[in-house]
Amino acid sequence: MSAAEASTQRDSFGALETHLRARRESGAKLLVPYVTGGYQGWQRAVEAAAAAGADAIEIGVPFSDPVMDGPVIQQASTAALADGATPASVLEEARELDTGVPHAVMTYYNLCHHQGHERFASALLDAGVCAAILPDLPYVEAGPWLEAAAETGLEAILLAAPTTPEHRLADLCGASRGFVYAVGLLGVTGERSALARTATEIAARCLAVTDRPVLTGVGIGSPSQAVEACEVSDGVIIGSAVVRTLMSDGPEAVGELVASYRTALDHG
Amino acid sequence: MAAETDGHTPGSRSVMGEPTPSSRSVMGEPTTDGRFGEFGGRFVPETLVAACEELEAAFREAWADPAFVAEFETTLRDYGGRPSPLTECRNLSSQLGVRLLVKREDLNHTGSHKINNVIGQALLAQRMGKTRLVAETGAGQHGVATATAAALLGMECKVYMGAVDVDRQALNVFRMRLLGSEVESVQSGSRTLKDAVNEALRDWVATVENTHYCLGSVMGPHPYPWMVRTFHHVLGDEAAAQCKDLTGGDPDVVVACVGGGSNAAGIFSGFADGDARLVGVEPAGGAAVGRGVPGVVHGMTSYLMQDEVGQVMEAESISAGLDYPGVGPEHAYLAAIGRAEYPSVTDAEVVEAFTLMSRAEGIIPALECAHALAWIVRAAPDMQGQTVLMNLSGRGDKDVDQMMDVLGMHGIVS
Ligand SMILES: Cc1ncc(COP(=O)(O)O)c(C=O)c1O
Repeated sequence: MSAAEASTQRDSFGALETHLRARRESGAKLLVPYVTGGYQGWQRAVEAAAAAGADAIEIGVPFSDPVMDGPVIQQASTAALADGATPASVLEEARELDTGVPHAVMTYYNLCHHQGHERFASALLDAGVCAAILPDLPYVEAGPWLEAAAETGLEAILLAAPTTPEHRLADLCGASRGFVYAVGLLGVTGERSALARTATEIAARCLAVTDRPVLTGVGIGSPSQAVEACEVSDGVIIGSAVVRTLMSDGPEAVGELVASYRTALDHG
Repeated sequence: MAAETDGHTPGSRSVMGEPTPSSRSVMGEPTTDGRFGEFGGRFVPETLVAACEELEAAFREAWADPAFVAEFETTLRDYGGRPSPLTECRNLSSQLGVRLLVKREDLNHTGSHKINNVIGQALLAQRMGKTRLVAETGAGQHGVATATAAALLGMECKVYMGAVDVDRQALNVFRMRLLGSEVESVQSGSRTLKDAVNEALRDWVATVENTHYCLGSVMGPHPYPWMVRTFHHVLGDEAAAQCKDLTGGDPDVVVACVGGGSNAAGIFSGFADGDARLVGVEPAGGAAVGRGVPGVVHGMTSYLMQDEVGQVMEAESISAGLDYPGVGPEHAYLAAIGRAEYPSVTDAEVVEAFTLMSRAEGIIPALECAHALAWIVRAAPDMQGQTVLMNLSGRGDKDVDQMMDVLGMHGIVS
């Protein structure tokens, strides 16, 4: 049985992947906004994003050294930390959310390492979070984490990059749970004026080796770029655009922003 | 239990962890997944994994090529000024009651040990077809060395430096710009070395196709800790030969300051397989090994100063070059197996040592290696009659501006 066949066995899917597959089967392009947890008004931003048609929400747990993040998300993380956000406080607030869509946490590996893989995974599940993305834990180092997450029942999402060699890509996509996060460009999070050529290339390469949902993230800054990315990809992750809107215009504006992406994706 | 205590006795190498099957040396090659014991690894964004693999392959291939090694050695000699001398500090020796020998890395071109690693990496980058270097810097010594190598080899260069360090090491900022490099003042986080590393990593994530990240210490993802130490091995080898010539054998104690740990790794590597006591001195405000909590940041598993949930703490030291909350993974390993020890000294002790060395020997040390001397002064009563080798990793010219304030404030100079 190939990795792709194995991954289609229904019983191996968690709540996030089950939901995303069902949405994809219904013909929808997937839309996952990112919100920095602990930033003022973040819970209302999450609720507004879900109400505006997000298929899942990525919740950032702020870390002191966010190396994969550009200036916008760095600024939000720093502000949240200065306001006293901790992994526990963000998860406590996440538990209070009732959005009707799955939640994934995005944070950095040291917070997981420090708490211990199992305890970290359990704490997320306790807060109603079903998946985690750790952008500084690459597939080659992820073995113990993938095992612990699988045992606990948390979906560990892996990132594929434009530089990921072909010989690793199929294994990486096979080992990911929830979806495959296709990093759209060489660079850190942040909006760009145009969609990078690499965005569609990496999504196509992933889709050639997996039937798992493939979402493109990093560098998507407008609804038209999202539509362009989705000509290949199953969906998009919108981070800096959402966080910038939250910081400048508040949580309700996040709802409007997400609605504009939803409309664009639904009507192409 | 008995076997375990054995493993912590310096010199009993038979029971120490074996870094690789191919190497018996205590400071040998790391495992194929870049581990020194449980430390090290390659904890970088997926985007950079292939670049680290490519770098490792290129380094292995180059280091096995006699032509590359010859070019490296020739450049260090004719351009860098190697070998650096070993100086017997007679005045301090009689004052402290130890025989103090210092390895004069301050006399290298650009003023510190950093040039060894930079020449190695810049030649390697050129061989790999890269046209641009990025670097992080704390005290500015690594930045100056990188800017120098870039000028020499005709490469583009950008150096990231925390805003706090830009202020306290203004002289080096000017030197880098004079050498043709761009210097970016980093405003994020603690605005010191840790944040400069983050920013250099972010740059590299975006520019990896034409850019080499010229990392300045024995830290970061595999192969950096091993590669950087290998380029600094020359200073340990020289020191070992010079000690033998002068004293007939190894010193009793080898001392170096530890920020990321490159100058310490270089000098330790000349003595790790002998019986000398190895001492790496950390600043009290940046005692990563001293606190002994493992963590993962900047591509590696190592000891890391962090709060109770795992947020990385901001180091606080008078010395920009040691103002770093982590430490290279091989030092974590050497500490864990008991082969080296890592005490810390306070800023006040460092200021005293800085003045002491200047007045007693006519050598103004960099604030970084004044840490090593500060520990020697403190520990001297327990080392009477012993031969102590200290790595004088850099000269203090860059620090005089800052020290005018400090010493003026303390009323030491009138
Ligand atoms: C003279 C000198 N010594 C030591 C260091 C600390 O680096 P490492 O611990 O890698 O030797 C620096 C760093 O800037 C330095 O300039």
